[in-house]
Amino acid sequence: MKIAIIDYGAGNVKSIEFALQRLGYSSELTSNADTVKAADRVIFPGVGEASSAMKMLKSTGLDRLIPALEQPVLGICLGMQLMCNYCEEGDTKGLNIFDVKVVKFNNQLKVPQVGWNTIFDLKTDLFNGIEENAYMYLVHSFYVPAYRDSIANSSYGVNYSVALHKNNFYGVQFHPEKSGEIGEQILKNFIEIR
Amino acid sequence: MLTKRIIPCLDIKNGRTVKGINFVELRDAGDPIELAKIYAENYADELVFLDISATEERRKTLAQLVEDIAKHINIPFTVGGGIASVEDVALLLKSGADKVSINSAAVKNPQLISEIAKRFGSQCVVVAIDAKQINGLWKVHLVGGKQPTELDLFEWAKKVQELGAGEILFTSMDNDGTKKGFANEALARLSHELHIPIIASGGAGTIQHFEDTFKLGKADAALAASVFHFKEIEIPDLKQELKSKGIAIRI
Repeated sequence: MKIAIIDYGAGNVKSIEFALQRLGYSSELTSNADTVKAADRVIFPGVGEASSAMKMLKSTGLDRLIPALEQPVLGICLGMQLMCNYCEEGDTKGLNIFDVKVVKFNNQLKVPQVGWNTIFDLKTDLFNGIEENAYMYLVHSFYVPAYRDSIANSSYGVNYSVALHKNNFYGVQFHPEKSGEIGEQILKNFIEIR
Repeated sequence: MLTKRIIPCLDIKNGRTVKGINFVELRDAGDPIELAKIYAENYADELVFLDISATEERRKTLAQLVEDIAKHINIPFTVGGGIASVEDVALLLKSGADKVSINSAAVKNPQLISEIAKRFGSQCVVVAIDAKQINGLWKVHLVGGKQPTELDLFEWAKKVQELGAGEILFTSMDNDGTKKGFANEALARLSHELHIPIIASGGAGTIQHFEDTFKLGKADAALAASVFHFKEIEIPDLKQELKSKGIAIRI
């Protein structure tokens, strides 16, 4: 099993590598197109600001490579947001894998949302063995509103989507690599998706 | 529903937890990773590691420790203590830290906050503020609360939010070490005037104090050290009790 973690200068990607290690899988942090294409699973992480992240993807051609991938791909946090068609943050055009806009939380609650929140309406094998209302760790100011390709929802002032699925592409707003054993189970499920 | 966070804080010196930690199940009471693992298994929501070493080698030692922690811990953690530059932050995040907390360096050079936020995102910038009341006014203090500044707590907090801080860790020097409860009035005012999460620190002694800081102090998270290290409060008991009082808590 070859797992590629896409490296485009995003913040803490070590944690994903270590979480996979705890599950018994090795992975490679890479920005090399051939290595990414040859991998069995691709993880697209992301921490930081949308427009500068998109710039980095463009400078290496990853913006064209990612949407063309055919193996299972998992976008995490900003990675998921960049897979959408547009992010309000930095007025950023996304990779348009998921046809939905990412918007800013606009309510009386604290922004960013930081901490553990429940996820529900769980669908697909990504959530095999995960109970409804499991807690996941999230840090974000922008969100995907309720959407037809949603495979998990959460609630922060509004009900919104925390996981998306289309063909071979998966995206999660939460950090499975930071969400204890349940998060690790979700990563394991992703690797075992057939 | 987003839950309130319980955050144990571990003091680190030269890669080891500072003595004074009293866990019978620890084989090595100085091993931060062993201790952190126990906290993670006992439903701590996050961890904070505060480096208090003052050696030449500190950067390297801390980065190595952060990498070891990230290897073994599956919950988020923040690293603080002596962080003074974007390069310091880059090294810690690259080693596996989720967030960094900056304190004195932010006061001396406020632009550091925006530089870190721009490069790595606000989510990883926790600004720690130590303050105590002087003639009824909350004044920011440096060097672990020893050195007073002219800065007003609330003004400074608003400024760091504008500069791009993702969270504020507010320690009341008046309450720290007293075990008489958190500075809930100041905390509630911070929560009211700011839109970023506030972590309450200083004064935890009983379960009631945590309930009060969430209900009266409107805190988003509560940090404590000795009550957890000396097992005066066990985190699962604390969380069970808070949940029974109607507070959103992850168990």
